Formats: sequence, C-alpha cells, structure tokens
Amino acid sequence: MKNPLHINDEHLKELESEAIFVMREVAAQFENKALLFSGGKDSIVLVHLARKAFWPAKIPFTLLHIDTGHNFEETLIFRDNLAKEFGCDLIVAKVQDSIDKGRVVEEQGINASRNKAQSVTLLDAIEEYRLDVAIGGGRRDEEKARAKERFFSHRNEFGQWDPKNQRPELWNIFNGRKHMGEHFRVFPISNWTELDVWQYILHENIKLPDLYYTHRRKIFSRNGTYLAWAPFMQLKPTEEVFEADVRCRTIGDITCTGVTLSKAQSLEEIITEIAATRVTERGGRYDDKRSEAAMEDRKKEGYF
Amino acid sequence: MLIDPKEKSKSLLRFTTAGSVDDGKSTLIGRLLYDSKSIFEDQMDHIVQSGKRLGREELDLSLLTDGLRAEREQGITIDVAYRYFATPARKFIIADTPGHIQYTRNMVTGASTVDLAVILIDSRKGVLEQTIRHSFIASLLDIRHIVFCINKMDMINWSQEGFEKIVADLGKLVKKLDIRDPHYLPISAKYGDNVVDKSDNMPWYSGKTFLHLIETIDIEKNKNPENKRFPVQTIIRPHTKEYHDYRGYAGRVAGGVFRPGDEVIVLPSMLKSRIKSIDMFGKTLSESIAGDSVAISLEDQIDISRGDMIVAPDDLPAISQDINMMVCWFNEQPLKNGGKYLIRINSNEAGCIIKKVNYRLNINTLEKDTENTAVQMNDIADITIKTSKPIFFDSYKKNNITGSMILIDEGTNETVAAGMIV
Repeated sequence: MKNPLHINDEHLKELESEAIFVMREVAAQFENKALLFSGGKDSIVLVHLARKAFWPAKIPFTLLHIDTGHNFEETLIFRDNLAKEFGCDLIVAKVQDSIDKGRVVEEQGINASRNKAQSVTLLDAIEEYRLDVAIGGGRRDEEKARAKERFFSHRNEFGQWDPKNQRPELWNIFNGRKHMGEHFRVFPISNWTELDVWQYILHENIKLPDLYYTHRRKIFSRNGTYLAWAPFMQLKPTEEVFEADVRCRTIGDITCTGVTLSKAQSLEEIITEIAATRVTERGGRYDDKRSEAAMEDRKKEGYF
Repeated sequence: MLIDPKEKSKSLLRFTTAGSVDDGKSTLIGRLLYDSKSIFEDQMDHIVQSGKRLGREELDLSLLTDGLRAEREQGITIDVAYRYFATPARKFIIADTPGHIQYTRNMVTGASTVDLAVILIDSRKGVLEQTIRHSFIASLLDIRHIVFCINKMDMINWSQEGFEKIVADLGKLVKKLDIRDPHYLPISAKYGDNVVDKSDNMPWYSGKTFLHLIETIDIEKNKNPENKRFPVQTIIRPHTKEYHDYRGYAGRVAGGVFRPGDEVIVLPSMLKSRIKSIDMFGKTLSESIAGDSVAISLEDQIDISRGDMIVAPDDLPAISQDINMMVCWFNEQPLKNGGKYLIRINSNEAGCIIKKVNYRLNINTLEKDTENTAVQMNDIADITIKTSKPIFFDSYKKNNITGSMILIDEGTNETVAAGMIV
C-alpha cells in the first residue's frame, strides 16, 4: 500500500458491520456465551466490537481468559482494568490447575511450552461453565489452517474440529444448531487482515497494552526469532540474554511469542512498520513452527 | 451529509475463482499475490519446504492456498480457502473454490458472498462442460460481474483469432444465462501476460489487464436501494437508569434506505409505527443503507422479536407459505421428497415440507430433467416447499438477502441445502 495511514474507512466500516452482525447472531442463537480474551489486540478489538453491537446494553458475553501462568505481567493488569471499566464478567481458567489435577503433563526441556496444554484447560472451562459458544479473535489471514475456518465453527462433544467436513456456510446465514454437549467457536473478524486490525484500532482510538509499543526488554535469540526472557525459561548454552528496544506484534504465552526489534512509539508508526514488513504476524510464533500442520493439529484438539 | 445509496463501492472487492488446477487457477492467484507482494517470506519458505517434502520440482503456488494436510497430500482443493491482498486502489478477498463437479457445493458456498467471479478457460480447449457449469452457478447466485480469463494464450501462439472464437462461444452462453456484466481477457498466468502487466505478446488486445480490471470495476454497494428491508436479529434492552425505556431492534439493513421519521410496518404483526432513531454506539444516524449494522427504535411500543422484519408500508415483500426456489443440495443424504426440514431465512426460522421437485437441472448441459427427480449431493433442482408459518421474502434476483435461505436437517442439525427463491 502506498500510504497505509490513509485509512479508507469504507472497507473498515464493511468489516465492522459484518463482525457486529456475527456477534448479534451469537447473542441470539446461544445460551451460555463467552468471549475468549487473551489481552492481545485481536481480543481487545472483539470487546470493542461487542460494545458497539449491543450499546447501550452491556456486553452479553463473559470474558474467558485461559491463563498459562507464563504471561506478560502487563497483560493481566490490562485485562482486569478492561473488565472493570466495561462491567464485564471475567473467568480466568488456569493451565496450572489442569497440570495440578493431572489433566495435562507439563512439557519438559528447552522448548517447553504450555501453549498446547491450553486446549485442555479451555475445553475443561467450556464444560465446567456449560458454555455453548466461545467467540475468538482468529483471522483467516493468520495461518493456512485458519484460512479454512468458518465464521460459525462446529465442535463435537469432544471439542474437536473436523476440517474436512465443515458445515457449508452461505451468504450471511449462520447455522448454530447443535446437540447437547457440542459447542461452537465463532470468529467475527475472520475476514480482517493484520493491517485492518491496526487501522481499526487507530480509527476507533482503542487502548492497547504498552507491550505493543516500543520498550526496553531482556531478550534472546532462538532459531531466528527473538524471544522475551523470563526467569522460568531455560536457555541453551549458546543463547545469550541482552537488552534491546522491542515491541510485540502479537501477544500470547511469553514462552512462544516472538518480539520484534522496533522503535515504533505510536499507532501510526506501528502501521507504517507493518505495511512494510515481509514476514507474517505468526512468523514469530514459535508454536506454529513445530510442524507443517501444527495449527491444524492443535485446532482439531480444541485449540483456539 | 447524506449518503448516495447508489454510490459505487471502491474499497473492498470479494471475488471467487472457479476452474480446476489444470486451468491455471492456482497459478493465477499465486501470481496476483506474488506480484502484489502479498506473499510473505515465511510463507514462501513454507511453500518451498513443503514442495520439497512432496517431491515437487517447480515452485508450487497452490500449496499456499491448500491449507489442510489432506489437501496438500492429495494435491487437490477440497474446501474454500480465503485469501487477502491489497493494492493501493483496493482491498480484495478471494474465495478460492474447488472446480470439480463433486465439490459443486463448496463452489456455491464460496461464491455466495462475492461481487465478482473469475472463470478460467484453457485457450486450447475452449468452452467445456465445466465452463458451462461454473458460469451457470455464477448466474444462479446472481453474481453480476463475470470475468472470463482465456488462459494459456502462449500455448496457441497468442492468437487473436483463437481468442475471438472462444469469446464468440462464450457470448452465446452469456446470453442464455442472462449474465449482466461479462468481461473477456486473454492471459497467460504462467508468464504473467495481462495479469498485472500488459502483454507484449498480444499487442492486438487493447483492454485492461486482469488486476487493473478488478481494481477499477464498479461494484453496487446497495444492490437494492428501493425496497426497505430490515430483518430484526435481536432486541437491545439495557435495563439501566440512563436508558431505562430504550428498546433497540438490532439488525443489518438488507435493502433500501432507512431514516428517522420514516413510516414503517412490522411483519408479521402488520403493526405500523415510525422510526424514532437509528443508533450506533452513542451516535444517532441520519440514515442507514444496506449493509449497515445498526439499532432502530420506534415511536410506539409494539411487540417485535427476532425473525420479524421492518419494511415500508407501501412496499411489502411477498408473504406466503408456498415457496418456489432453486436449491443446491449439499448433503450425502439425498433430498426426501415429502420430507420435513427447517428453513432459515435471514433471522427467521420455520419448518417446511418438500411438496414437489419440479425438475433437476443437468448443470453441464443446462437441460431440465423432469423424469429422474431424485436430488443427490451437488445437484441443482427447482423445488416447491410449504412452510409451517407465513414467511416474508423477495425473489433472489430482487434481493439476495431476503431471497435466500438454507435448509437444515432437524435430526443432524446439518445445513443440507441452499435455496434461492424464484
């Protein structure tokens, strides 16, 4: 794009209108509704869209955070403030609890991550709170398995996704009918790209955690990705921790979220940076690099 | 400032590509993404690695769109994949759909939300059965703009005569199918001729390149500016002190222009009222047009629930329990003549019985079959249903939103068919 800061609000308006339509369908078609909230920009945008969809009423969704325990501290503070400000109910489901109960075995070793374990905690939370729908911020441009996802994505009684046998989804008619014990994942911003999300954040003046802007942080390099250092992370002998000016392009579990060297201090600078980048957003996500179909496999098990 | 409801949308174009792998569909998409710099380094890395593992010698851009393990292993597209790219002129959403007859249902799914369809034709083969099938589906779904790309022009020595012969054949098809805005382009996706850059090999072609065409084509933003249609999705009642009496009818405008003060009638109750305000997140709007998600509140307290529709009193849609429509059947279980299904039309839901299969269409030859009317998966048929309560609707040609529905099997909850009201 020639000037990514020149925001054509017409296309943003169309994407927003579509997302609001989807949110309202969720409100009308389901009983126990949660919005998966990670503290990342996509879920923050979802909350904003939900506020717009139901104004002047409160958001009819409970915020559900799957907490790996390996967080950026700032995200948790941001999460609690946001829930308070907008009067949202918040459920925090902890991966640590799933480990303590023996529901999952913690990965060991250098690349250990609780990313995969989140699926178990998520499905347990869905069962415990009898949720029949969970709204997620997944986008089709993020990853090739996600490019195949429907807006209304059916999950069987085991919480599994069957990508080869998805319900046809026509026009804007969404079929959320299901049997007892099954649930849906719904992705209102399916058609948004990373740049759309950032342009929308700028257009709507949405507050984000400071992590998205440049800050000084201890980092180290692993397989071509810069990772934020935290005390519980094991380093290889060759890996060295050093300080740099970085920002997060995505925010997830600290063990697998790559950081970008950047001096971008404003949304305008971030957008300019993203428009010029030649690596996708998830290019820095260590969890996707595990295998060719890492995302597809995790999604089949119940991942976000 | 008032919005012109007939204003052309310049910003977002949704299109679908039909054709099989052999037609060069993946190559065309790959080239568009590649030449518009929409393929990122890590994605390119993936394609190269994946190609090596699968033993492909040349760079295979189809690996970019075939996102599922099974698709990559078998080298086929099974389900719709969505791709996004942007140029300084416009943003694009591509619904990449499979072209084989056994995936007709997936093609219909992918094509149901687009503004434009691209149909690829091999210049050596000309108009084939599948060209007829893809063109028919595009016309069935009322896609107004159809771009016929006559590909592999390099294989017929860039021959103008060869191109014109195919265009003449396509012209007959276009007339028969009543396609409103056809375009014909000679291209070579492999070498890039007339895709992004103008071809030096075909100086006789003076039209636009493919990219230039899709960047500049006018898309109707409000396809139905005359007939006011507002299907109610849900009711907003805040129960707060500040908005104690607020009742907003939430929905997305499906046709016409709504303004505060407009006299309206609510279906099915037939009660009349006036629009008090149109709200969006604290802002009061002076008007809203098709595609806008808003909340409408009325002057009078009347009983309205999900599935109802707000329209203009002098311009009602059809209201009936007998509906005639074209269906595309999606399910492995064939259509049960006399069987019961659920229908969902906009936000409205009802039961229905299949009264009659009027004919089945041979989508390769466009012949109507009234003898063998057993409707199987991927079949297209003209049927009549009777609904459990009166339904309000328009013909699909008049309004794609109020004229379309899905059929649901009540036992399995699966979406078994798409219906376009005749």
